[in-house]
Amino acid sequence: MANLSVNIGKLQLSNPVMTASGTFGYGEEFTPFIDINRLGAYIIKGTTLNHREGNDYPRMVETPSGMLNAVGLQNKGVDYFIEHIYPRICSLGSKLIVNVSGANVDDYAETARRLHGLDDVSAIEVNISCPNVKEGGMAFGTTTNGAAEVTRAVRQAYPDKTLIVKLSPNVTSIADIAKAVEAEGADSVSLINTLMGMSIDVERRKPHLSTVTGGLSGPAVRPVAVRMVWQVAKAVSIPVIGLGGIMNGRDAIEFMLAGATAVEIGTANFIDPAVTMKVIDFMEDYCIRHGINDINEIVGCI
Amino acid sequence: MKQVKDFIIIENISINSSYSKLILSPADGAILPVILPGQFVQVAVEAPDVFLRRPISINDVDRESNTLTLLVRNAGRGTAALIGMNAGEKLNILLPLGNGFTTECKAGSRLLLIGGGVGVAPLLYLGRELKAKGHHPEFLLGARSAGDLLSLDEFRSIGPVHICTEDGSEGIKGLVTTHPTLSESYEHYYCCGPAPMMKAIASIAYKNGTNCEVSLENMMACGLGACLCCVEKTVKGNVCVCTEGPVFNIESLTWNQ
Repeated sequence: MANLSVNIGKLQLSNPVMTASGTFGYGEEFTPFIDINRLGAYIIKGTTLNHREGNDYPRMVETPSGMLNAVGLQNKGVDYFIEHIYPRICSLGSKLIVNVSGANVDDYAETARRLHGLDDVSAIEVNISCPNVKEGGMAFGTTTNGAAEVTRAVRQAYPDKTLIVKLSPNVTSIADIAKAVEAEGADSVSLINTLMGMSIDVERRKPHLSTVTGGLSGPAVRPVAVRMVWQVAKAVSIPVIGLGGIMNGRDAIEFMLAGATAVEIGTANFIDPAVTMKVIDFMEDYCIRHGINDINEIVGCI
Repeated sequence: MKQVKDFIIIENISINSSYSKLILSPADGAILPVILPGQFVQVAVEAPDVFLRRPISINDVDRESNTLTLLVRNAGRGTAALIGMNAGEKLNILLPLGNGFTTECKAGSRLLLIGGGVGVAPLLYLGRELKAKGHHPEFLLGARSAGDLLSLDEFRSIGPVHICTEDGSEGIKGLVTTHPTLSESYEHYYCCGPAPMMKAIASIAYKNGTNCEVSLENMMACGLGACLCCVEKTVKGNVCVCTEGPVFNIESLTWNQ
């Protein structure tokens, strides 16, 4: 069988398949359907320094080949996570990655610092790209200075373990942001977060979401995501994690051919909670069919 | 235990142009899992422009024939495709989801199950289970007009049925909230229907002190507590309707604030 293992910073993953933050809960919601241990890694809900209630309902609407969401980083804060959730999930298996968000640079750094000491947190993914919170979030991810500033602060607070920075597609040049983040010591970049979108109920003449705008995900965004992964992979030398509308193994391979060393499965988990296992199966089969000994051979090989 | 399974449509009973009853059985012949009244399923619908699964409440469970029934209202692209399906076709279903209604009450309790429109769906299975436990369920059903009253014979086989129609074509003319039976004493209200109806029933229950559960149908993506889209404000903050609900005791909601 082909080697599927890939390296992201100091992390060695048994295969390139991860779950995208905000689509996989804390992992335990999916244990009836999959063997978590088979995942390369799993990335859990966005965690902030303090408790956040998130946005008002309605928070989602189905759109052509996708959905808009405006959850707004609902979570109970990092201390609650460490005390109540981490002990429950640290033994689920695979590699646990915590997604970190913040309202300001200090919040990001302090959240990262508190997670640094947890043995079973393999890495953090810093979200500088959430379109659904008013303060912070995407604001940091849309300028090279902002992205660099957050990365520098988190790198200092989280010195020894793998640091992934999740990038926003809502920018003019995502490659420039990626380069800025790499220069400040990020071990990897993941992209894309959701594309900012909007949908209106024409009968009620009102926006479908309480926040008016939201983040678009699903196969509708995939060609945009593949293009951005391709651009970023050429611009940086750190590994790129690709995501955006992956529904099956074929889509995952497409991202790897564009330059992604690993992939995250997001919205597809909502439709088929066992999709990640099928993607791994497909990769194994793909390597056999194409005579590939090591899946790293196909990364960016177009 | 939650599971994803293919089901075969044993029968699609078209009630009228808007409603269908789908009777389903596991395609692999396996025994249905434990299902509580008030729980729901997420159905994958293969149709143009349908992306997410559709949450549908469980209308009935028949252990003898190993079937479950979904009462589906044509409410859009997904449900329109569902009611157009034929016997013998397969549906991929995620089940059982959510918490279900409380069925533990004082022995021999007089209970009122209040439904509006397609919201009557979960009350059938609930009524059967409550009766089987020795309670006395009664139904208060509301609809626009007589033709929109669903499954009346089945409800009548379980207990007394009180009816309201907006046009007066059957039962008392008006909304269910005006029905005189609400001035009588019940141990518990169980309510499922449009949000304004449930809120009106809840305000009656807050006033007369009747224990009251409502079943919410907030829009959701996953049904598993992962997407955090279907939240309802509660005394504990925002919680997922798909995992903490869909059934809520009104005391846990913030409707009376």
